[in-house]
Amino acid sequence: MRVVLRNPTREIDVDGPMTVHTLLQRLDLNRESHLVICDGELVAGDRTLPSGAEVEIRSVISGGSR
Amino acid sequence: MKCRVCRGPAVIDIRRHNANFCREHFLRLCRDQVEKAIRRFGMLQPGERVLVAVSGGKDSLALWDILVDLGYSADGFYLGLGIGDYSDESAGYAHRYAESRNLTLHTVDLPATHGFDIPGGARAAKRAPCSACGLSKRHLFDEAARRGGYDALATGHNLDDEAAVLMGNTLRWQTEYLGRQLPVLEARDGFPRKVKPLVRLSERETAAYCLLRGIDYIVEECPMAVGNKHLAYKAALNDIEVQSPGAKHDFYFGFLERASERFRAEVEQDRAALAACERCGSPTDAGVCAFCRLTERATARAPVHFSDRGSP
Repeated sequence: MRVVLRNPTREIDVDGPMTVHTLLQRLDLNRESHLVICDGELVAGDRTLPSGAEVEIRSVISGGSR
Repeated sequence: MKCRVCRGPAVIDIRRHNANFCREHFLRLCRDQVEKAIRRFGMLQPGERVLVAVSGGKDSLALWDILVDLGYSADGFYLGLGIGDYSDESAGYAHRYAESRNLTLHTVDLPATHGFDIPGGARAAKRAPCSACGLSKRHLFDEAARRGGYDALATGHNLDDEAAVLMGNTLRWQTEYLGRQLPVLEARDGFPRKVKPLVRLSERETAAYCLLRGIDYIVEECPMAVGNKHLAYKAALNDIEVQSPGAKHDFYFGFLERASERFRAEVEQDRAALAACERCGSPTDAGVCAFCRLTERATARAPVHFSDRGSP
């Protein structure tokens, strides 16, 4: 599957299928600070991402002065 | 995973609630949490006019959307900070949201109105960019709310923001800041009431809210914020949250319920009498307010250096 990561934006290929949680663990990303979007849809942690999926992992952390 | 409410397919899992939600019931949860915060802390009364500080990011757009949905008369205020392409892009998201919902968005451009941008102002004043930015935002948001006659100024501070600030203040035992860290600050001496209705939502939830509501927001991080302490505190708290779901909520709300009061007396005691700033008329405990001093330093011409012979 093609995985797009943000901040900074970059793309990687990951062999699937695998669950959302497994993908985050494999990339060493914290599940509390990321959302996973599969083929344009927000997906929960136990969802299996198919091999050909277009996946975006979006960091939700923002900083600065607020 | 199934939705806790309807048993339909879930789109998000929220471990601190030990629950999963479908789109419809997650959006309802977000609205309920905001309504609960507003009621619990007496932030707003029905029919009040609210000015929402809008950055083009997920939190402020989610906040604006929910307040309008809850029936408040809420206008937006966008401050252009002059942070290169980042400011141009974030302004676009704020404007597009306002136009799509037919809402009123007031805008002020810092370089155009005050003659400096945040990177330049921070350099000139020898302040961290986030410090110059925060000072400018607080001053100009307050001024906009006061001039517009709004009942309250609402900002998009979420649970992660408040927990991270609390962590920073606690690590250094900054007792004065701890005494002021409240979800609502009542109006006083020319300052508008300030409210933080998102304190019961994490930023993962505000981001999911925007996605599920079709609200486009700026995903990129502010280039000035990279590497700041606030982000490091958030990362540390999220590492704890993974091991102990609900830790951020308990840390922040436990502080409000059991510790905050202990630091308030010091704040009240130290509260100086405020008078109008000599330059802009805003309330200040100095003759010239901090924002006017920043503006003076940021717009001062570079000194001309003379050689020993007296010519430039």
